[in-house]
Amino acid sequence: MTIVAFLILFPFFAAVVLSQMKKPGKARDIFLYCCSALIIAAVIALTADTLTAGISRSYLIETRIWDRIILAGEFALMVLVFYYGFKFRKYYVVLLSAAQTVPIGWMELSGRSVEGEVHITVDNLTVIMCLVVGVVGSLICIYAVGYLKDYHRHHTEYRDRSPFFLSMLFVFLGAMFGLVFSASLTWMYFFWEITSICSFLLIGYNQSKIAVRNSFRALWMNLLGGLGFALAILYSSLVLHAADIQDLVFLGTAAGSRAVLTPVALLAFAALTKSAQMPFCGWLLGAMVAPTPTSALLHSATMVKAGVYLLIRLSPLLRANVAGVMVTTIGGFTFFAASLLAISQSDGKKVLAYSTVSNLGLITACAGVGMYEAVWAAILLLMFHAVSKSLMFLSVGAVENSTGSRNIEDMHGLIVRLPKLAFVMTVGIFGMFLAPFGMLIAKWAALKAFVDSRSVLLILFLIFGSAATLFYWGKWLGKLVPVIRQSERLPDTVHKDEWTAMWILTALVVLICVLFPLISTRLVQPELIQMFHIRLSAIIGTEDVRVMIMMLCMIIVLPAVMWVLTSINRKKVVPSYMAGVNEGDDRHFSDSLGQPRQMYLANWYMEDRLGENKILKPSLGISTAGLVILMIVAIGGAL
Amino acid sequence: MAWQRALGVLLFLVCAPFAGGLLGGLDRKLSARLQGRQGPPVLQPFYDVYKLFHKQTIVVNRLQDFLVGGYFIFSIFTGCLFFSGGDLLLAFFALTLAEIFLFMAACSANSPYSSMGAQRELVQIMSYEPMLLLAAIGLYMITGSFFIDQVADRGISAIAFLPGMFFGLVFVFIIKFRKSPFDISASHHAHQEIVKGLTTELSGSELGLVEVAGWYEDVLLLGLLALFILNRNPWSILAGVATGLACYFLLVLVDNLFPRVRWEKMLNWAWAVTLIFGGTNLLVLALVL
Repeated sequence: MTIVAFLILFPFFAAVVLSQMKKPGKARDIFLYCCSALIIAAVIALTADTLTAGISRSYLIETRIWDRIILAGEFALMVLVFYYGFKFRKYYVVLLSAAQTVPIGWMELSGRSVEGEVHITVDNLTVIMCLVVGVVGSLICIYAVGYLKDYHRHHTEYRDRSPFFLSMLFVFLGAMFGLVFSASLTWMYFFWEITSICSFLLIGYNQSKIAVRNSFRALWMNLLGGLGFALAILYSSLVLHAADIQDLVFLGTAAGSRAVLTPVALLAFAALTKSAQMPFCGWLLGAMVAPTPTSALLHSATMVKAGVYLLIRLSPLLRANVAGVMVTTIGGFTFFAASLLAISQSDGKKVLAYSTVSNLGLITACAGVGMYEAVWAAILLLMFHAVSKSLMFLSVGAVENSTGSRNIEDMHGLIVRLPKLAFVMTVGIFGMFLAPFGMLIAKWAALKAFVDSRSVLLILFLIFGSAATLFYWGKWLGKLVPVIRQSERLPDTVHKDEWTAMWILTALVVLICVLFPLISTRLVQPELIQMFHIRLSAIIGTEDVRVMIMMLCMIIVLPAVMWVLTSINRKKVVPSYMAGVNEGDDRHFSDSLGQPRQMYLANWYMEDRLGENKILKPSLGISTAGLVILMIVAIGGAL
Repeated sequence: MAWQRALGVLLFLVCAPFAGGLLGGLDRKLSARLQGRQGPPVLQPFYDVYKLFHKQTIVVNRLQDFLVGGYFIFSIFTGCLFFSGGDLLLAFFALTLAEIFLFMAACSANSPYSSMGAQRELVQIMSYEPMLLLAAIGLYMITGSFFIDQVADRGISAIAFLPGMFFGLVFVFIIKFRKSPFDISASHHAHQEIVKGLTTELSGSELGLVEVAGWYEDVLLLGLLALFILNRNPWSILAGVATGLACYFLLVLVDNLFPRVRWEKMLNWAWAVTLIFGGTNLLVLALVL
């Protein structure tokens, strides 16, 4: 219990201290490192504790005072939204915020709310989420220290609000811990809203016009989801007398109970907005204007995972009903459409954003299937994605600070100019789509689960989406590796703290493919047995694991062997052929008149077929129609 | 059984390059005759590779050695996995890894033809990948396992349940075997607008490695087609080999009959065939089984 309290409250404390440390400098850096290290240590202690003490524990039975504090907090958040809403004349956010907070407040104050028994639980799924939030999140905070220095050196037009930025990161971490530990829906909702507001404030960090616009887009979409959450709380409290997810699952799995379908559909709706599924993916794409640590922490590794976390919690209730169909269809479609859209993007962060949306879609679809195997895949995807994707974001941020551009076209030949960053990025990309690395393992399990549940539509989305995924990651890799003669190696301006975070994540990407069977047996499977009351053998058999470890060893050993072989047998190196004589710099060739002519090699974006202006609107239209229809059927059918 | 697996791997490692090279030779001979030429001797591919390994290797950068090596190793690894009765999906994933190594080798050269070929290769992978996965899924649905030894160990051949998948697979193999109309990244025909895009900057022993890896891959792919025929009856092995060969010659025929198409058509057709033949087959299986 002390660890849980520490994890929720300490980040808030750290945030307060950081907001008061106005001067950037050694003292602030060291304080931040210490806080991050403490959080990582606490998370590891919690993991060890749970592994030894057994599966699930609940705390805080009597919580009148805490309930009041949280209610006050909810009103404070509403006031905050009001302030920004009126300041920027965005009255719709005011309405959305009032529409959800006032009824919840009325329910609480009038004594109509159901007093749940349990407010805080710790089980293996919370531990997994804590590991993701704690370890990846803290690493990103460490990275942010170095990143912000360069960010403000490059962008002198923005006011340096780094104390605010760093403290918001820690507020966010506290809220995420609160969210995953909460069993009570009302508590979870409170932390859910904090993360929405954090996201809003961090997207608007540099206060440029476009940042403000995008931050409000993120706010209204997340508040809309929050409205769904609030309605679900009202319905389950007033009609079903259920106060936490466990109650809902218990009610729902009892035979013949269709009443939970309404709150489940509403919660699923909230989760879809939070995880930026179509048609709500716009806010996540817009969120890329924020400084990179924000994108890595909130918009890929943790906050957007809150949505799928909720879906995984609900997954036993999504098996073979309309709410489940809604979740799987939207998720599967998002996976497919976002993968296609990623092909046409050349901005590195935009590609990462689409890829995040697409992978979240896959996790969503897995959770919606609501079967043991599928949820196994969902949990593993969640972990692998957090590690690989945050590494990708951090390396893109570092490249941007070093070269001044995050466009993939400008990363041409990065392997010569910034070899270390190119290496880190290559590992990240390998981790995203190639065997034997993490994401592919989980995708494989997802495929198996879709086949076993006979979901033909999902299988088709998955195989075509995977092919598109391969294309956009592949061409990114292809941009990194060209070895261009006479290119200067750029000075390594990446800060030490940035490297610390990136190297640890790189190691994690590799380690996790070796460790995943252990994670699966010790953490994931016990959780699933508790969730579904059945026991299945390992989804990926030991023989396959052995083969994959063999592949991993080959990839690691191969460069060394090749290096030895080539140093024994030196080969003649000549300039490449350029359809004219290479002028020697790999950038110019002699044309038919003997004049030097510049050559430029661009990637393939298929703009005219897969551009945003071609397929984004239709995709949003299709998904909106699907979502609306299925929501109506789910809620209408249950009432 | 362990010895069977070891035998499968050993046979593949030793025999596949001969079989692959011979097929290549027959392909050239047959194509030449179809075009009214005499054609090279059947063993020409072996002479070519022998010569390649005895030439001075010229590289454009040192990274290529590693990447081509990766392609070579993982192509063979995929085949070993397949012929030892391993996991079919894992074999496909290993194949993709091999392809990505070759793609990176072509990109690293930083030359226009090589880069263009590499990008086209990536579109080719994107075109055939869904059908490959779907075929594995089809086999899994009827046998309950992705393991090849268990897929082959059945009373009735898989093709009885998966005719659509089989057709789709043969169709996308036009791409995989680099046959016209879909040979857009590298071709055997001298009249195409880009003949050797992907391998433009490879020479000597490196090009030789790519050739040999290609032979291994060809045998692996024909093995996949044979897997649809195999059943418990030992004679089905012969039928499987015969089917593989028949499909190969069908591909050669197609190669000589159709002119190259643009990439859009390749992608559209490949995905459409996957969706219509593979997808329908999948739907039927999902409803029946």
